[in-house]
Amino acid sequence: MNNPLTFTFALALGDDALIAAQRLAEWATRAPEMEEDIALANIALDQLGAARLLLSYAGELEGAGRDEDALAFLRDDREFRNCLLVELPNGDFAMTMAKLLVLSAYQLPLYTALAGCADERLAAIGGKARKESAYHLDHAALWVKRLGDGTEESHRRMQAGIDQVWPYAHELFVAQPQAPVDPATLRGEFDDTVSAVLAEATLTVPESGWAPGGGRDGVHTEDLSYLLAEMQVLHRAHPGARW
Amino acid sequence: MPTPEPAGERDAGEPAVSSAREAAAAVVDPEIRVVTIADLGILRDVEEDPATGRVVVTITPTYTGCPAMDVIRADIRHRLAAAGHRDVEVRTVHSPAWSTDWISDAGRAKLAAAGIAPPAPVRRDGVVPLTLAVRCPRCGSPETAQLSRFGSTACKALWRCRACSEPFDHLKAL
Repeated sequence: MNNPLTFTFALALGDDALIAAQRLAEWATRAPEMEEDIALANIALDQLGAARLLLSYAGELEGAGRDEDALAFLRDDREFRNCLLVELPNGDFAMTMAKLLVLSAYQLPLYTALAGCADERLAAIGGKARKESAYHLDHAALWVKRLGDGTEESHRRMQAGIDQVWPYAHELFVAQPQAPVDPATLRGEFDDTVSAVLAEATLTVPESGWAPGGGRDGVHTEDLSYLLAEMQVLHRAHPGARW
Repeated sequence: MPTPEPAGERDAGEPAVSSAREAAAAVVDPEIRVVTIADLGILRDVEEDPATGRVVVTITPTYTGCPAMDVIRADIRHRLAAAGHRDVEVRTVHSPAWSTDWISDAGRAKLAAAGIAPPAPVRRDGVVPLTLAVRCPRCGSPETAQLSRFGSTACKALWRCRACSEPFDHLKAL
């Protein structure tokens, strides 16, 4: 392998996007209103687009002949490098918006930094994906404000959603000084973005405490296994099948 | 001795790259069938290797996950084959990232004529921040409102005109 560090990095980002896409797609036909159904499917499609570019590149860097499909459909849970945040079950709509807020507030500065990194392929992917991430962040922020500053019940559920996903944000920013972009350098912008949204939403930034991790090392929750079973079953049952 | 012309309907002596460019530029966007990939700025370049006759068509997606890309690639091959180009490579690039600013004036006019409000110029960091009203493509009124931030394709949002009450698609500035 030419560049194992860049491979691991591209794989982790690709897996984040792929698993996020799969979770968001679970909302199709189940969202609270039709506009939101379309929105979540569109955001899922953007995530899938980024995942395809990142996983294709990871496959090329690995040099073992694995393409995007082999990486997406033929790996087991311990080989996935996504953060735990994206594999968490969707919960209610408020929790899904809390997850999307945290994910997009992380992906936007990440892709923006990537756009200026030395690796040409990653820079191109970052330059493209950051525009889409900005729109995802806007969308999540709108809902978090609307629900947080809404009724007593919507406020309660929005705060509960934020409280539930907050511990999982820690893993996103664990330092990787040798990576094309060190995630630790993104934490400041993330905190500023999220605190501003939560303040406007009359929500409280949770205390930092429990900080689960392990996703980047392939140690996942059992939720990922069920997600992969559904995502991979068709490809594994009919290897090489094409539309 | 010059390279023999590949068989096809192409006139002898016609510059190959111009015929290839014309054929590629005429490919219609499969999801917004009133505009071509040249109108939208998806078509970036058409080059022919004079030694081999191989035509390289370079395209870029509007959104990373745009599901129309496979159809666009296939349509380019069909169009070019019909114009006599047998050896065609379609390359996809992602940098520089596509912008709605690349949509031509002709493309904008065709979108508006089909009831799709074209995008405003992407806001640069100028002195005066300003948001232009989205005009209704049917009656021209600026009294419009966004119904849904996402629409029937990745590149569109759904709007409604307060003057004539008609809903319409708006190509989001990107």
